[in-house]
Amino acid sequence: MASFNLKVNGKSFQVEVEDDTPLLWVLRDHLGLVGTKFSCGIAQCGACTVHINGNPTFSCVTPVSSVGNSEVTTIEGLSENGDHPVQQAWKEVDVAQCGYCQGGQIMQAAAFLEQNPNPSMEEIDNAMNRNICRCGTYHKIREAVALAAKNK
Amino acid sequence: MKTVTRESRRDFLKIASTTAGGLFIGFNWFSCDSPKVEVLSTEEVLAQAKPFNAYLSISPTGDVVIYSPNPELGQNIKTSFPMVVAEELDADWEKVRVIQANLDTEKYDRQLTGGSGAMPHSWERLRKAGATAKYVLVAAAAKMWNVPAEEITVENGIISHKGSGKSGHFGEFVAEAAQMEAPEEVQLKDKKDFKIIGTPVKNVDADEIYTGKPLFGLDFYREGMMHAMVQRAPFGMKIKSIDDGAARAVSGITDVVQFGNSVAVVGNSTWPLMKAKKLLKIEYEAESTVESSADHDRIFQELMANGKSDVRRQDGDIKSAFQNAAKVVTAEYQCPFLAHSPMEPENFFAHVKGDRCELIGPTQTPDRARQTAASILGIPAENVTVEITRLGGGFGRRLRADYVDEAVHISKAINAPVKVTWSREDELTGGAYRPAVRYRFEAALDANGTMIGYKLRGVGMNAGNTTREHNFPSGAVDNLLIETVNYESSITTNAWRAPITNFLAYAEQSFLDEVALEAGKDPVAFRLELLDRAKNNPVGQLGYDVDRMIGVVKTAAEKGNWGKNPDVKQGFSVYFSHRSYVAQVANIEMQGGTPVLKKITAVTDCGMVVNPTGANHQVRGGIVDGMGHAMYTNLTFENGLPKQRNYDSYRLIRLKEVPEIDTHFIDSGYDPTGLGEPALPPTGGAIANAIFAATGRRLRSQPFIEQKEFSDIKLEIRRS
Repeated sequence: MASFNLKVNGKSFQVEVEDDTPLLWVLRDHLGLVGTKFSCGIAQCGACTVHINGNPTFSCVTPVSSVGNSEVTTIEGLSENGDHPVQQAWKEVDVAQCGYCQGGQIMQAAAFLEQNPNPSMEEIDNAMNRNICRCGTYHKIREAVALAAKNK
Repeated sequence: MKTVTRESRRDFLKIASTTAGGLFIGFNWFSCDSPKVEVLSTEEVLAQAKPFNAYLSISPTGDVVIYSPNPELGQNIKTSFPMVVAEELDADWEKVRVIQANLDTEKYDRQLTGGSGAMPHSWERLRKAGATAKYVLVAAAAKMWNVPAEEITVENGIISHKGSGKSGHFGEFVAEAAQMEAPEEVQLKDKKDFKIIGTPVKNVDADEIYTGKPLFGLDFYREGMMHAMVQRAPFGMKIKSIDDGAARAVSGITDVVQFGNSVAVVGNSTWPLMKAKKLLKIEYEAESTVESSADHDRIFQELMANGKSDVRRQDGDIKSAFQNAAKVVTAEYQCPFLAHSPMEPENFFAHVKGDRCELIGPTQTPDRARQTAASILGIPAENVTVEITRLGGGFGRRLRADYVDEAVHISKAINAPVKVTWSREDELTGGAYRPAVRYRFEAALDANGTMIGYKLRGVGMNAGNTTREHNFPSGAVDNLLIETVNYESSITTNAWRAPITNFLAYAEQSFLDEVALEAGKDPVAFRLELLDRAKNNPVGQLGYDVDRMIGVVKTAAEKGNWGKNPDVKQGFSVYFSHRSYVAQVANIEMQGGTPVLKKITAVTDCGMVVNPTGANHQVRGGIVDGMGHAMYTNLTFENGLPKQRNYDSYRLIRLKEVPEIDTHFIDSGYDPTGLGEPALPPTGGAIANAIFAATGRRLRSQPFIEQKEFSDIKLEIRRS
């Protein structure tokens, strides 16, 4: 066991966990931030996507010991009132079916648009191809990212 | 035409006159100048609301609470059910709150998600729930205003009487209405007067989903709750010995529990469990057959040739039809086992407390969860409560209660509340797969290219009946034989979205394409010729509505510009399943010698569309699902275990792999039928047929990308 000081969604937290504990499980089990989802555990599906210093990151393969002083942002901290342009676009387009992967999709899209505010559809496709949606909401994900880029 | 229906006692509890309420001085929506109003929490609304029936409570504030009893797994039932209730109530949708009902077998009938059956089953009872509540609210207003009820109108949650100029919101009449008897009979609205049904109402859980609120079973947490993960035995094997020393030594592990052929590691959080589970040293020995895919190949061949079959349907004289045929077409098709792989892995919370048990989590069959717990614990079912969370996908996997079984065993053993979590590897190795199947089709054609004989022989691994013997083309062929063979495998199987038809439709629709080609006929014209026969001179029993099937075939040909552009290579497919009809046209364009799958046009007849957004979601989602698994996904076995254990080898379709999907719905005037499944079955066939049209390669096995016929055609998928 070791002690880690984490900066998550602008707040400081201290947790006592093993070094190899993935950030995903620190967020979910120790900080109660369950918006970051577990699905594959091997960086294949993107349900666990968070931002580390603004970069989209698969938290399921990110050991807590590697996070250091970095700023972690989860879906709960993306915006104060759930009104980030990407969240608004997701609502407007009514993207979700089951909804389980959508937090990770939104985090992927938000980081992508931060780095590329005026993307082509091809660039959107490449960025969002990292996340799996088993319900097949891909058409709407694509539409919502494009809408968020337009509205930003 | 207005419909008059009778009350059902089961769903329509009499209005309780003893419930609390009426004393609360709620915010009056109509006497305040400021639009900035106090928004009550749903708990606050419920504290003062009066129940009108099992689906509906209304608060003196005018807020309407609608209970949605069926589990929500992405089919949008939590939005579409309340829309139906609110429609007949003439509620203001902005004032509707929706609550997922817990399991209650007294109040609700068929509280499950499966078979695309929720809406057709509940359509009328949901409408009655809204209509009876409206009836008593109007009666209360008539009494309070001393005017005839017939002169009262209701719109958008407001009750009005034109003659006296009086009006008020629902809440003002709740106390009076609660004193009244619900009517035995009630008039339902004319469909043309619908204001909510047929409009794109947004997902009622949208805010929670997009801000990461706890909604799903895996998100459930309770103080003092333990976590557990389970190691299950390979198929056909049992535990010989267990060495759990290393697992117990992992920091954070509190217990190791064995039950049956399962071993659970228990701890305070999830990560230590994942480590400890890998350190369990379990020796297994054979209990029944321990199978590999090579065994399955051999078994399929043997049973296809000689297995004792169950004859499902026989029409005419099949022997002479084939003897007299001018041409015989034969082909074999096959599909592998598949896992369901919902994004939210299986999980459940159980708290066994003496002779009582509390269950919370994602299940498509809450009553099965309850019965499972009751049976394990030897207690009455009514001592078990089930709270239904939102499901992160299901696809049939959560019809099973195996993970509920585990949670109950572990909670009982450790005498504490526990949540069992499956990893993705657990999900892919944990069984209850879509069965593997193979089909042999034979068609006899006469000199005119008319199909005079049709034989289908299916062999399945724990598939039950691999056929749908009364589906098309049955009824359209004089001489027909449909038979099925079952192999009892040690590998467990279960319903998987559009059970049986998810592979049967692909095989059949692809084979019919082969037959059309051999008959020298256009694939659409060939199907219409068969349907014409079934309509005008049907042979035996028909399990489908011929006119509705013709409707989707013709409309899909029209909307998909069938045969209009020689540069576009097309594949056609049509299937009836779960009471709905879907036809699809897949378009491949050759771009510099490369076939590019660009578009699928889908025409659906699912009766009335309740929510166009949800309907589009189900059709597109079903097509993406059907396409992804036909193209990419395989599950093969070695010594009783799948070789594909996570998404690195178990390949699911991704965003860049979906073409444009153009959806159309036929308004056939029927009440709504199912839509969670019917769009999936036709897709594999439409794509396989388009690939054949473009490349001359016939894909008779799934997944396509693993077939040698596919290896050099370099299919691309692009929307432009």
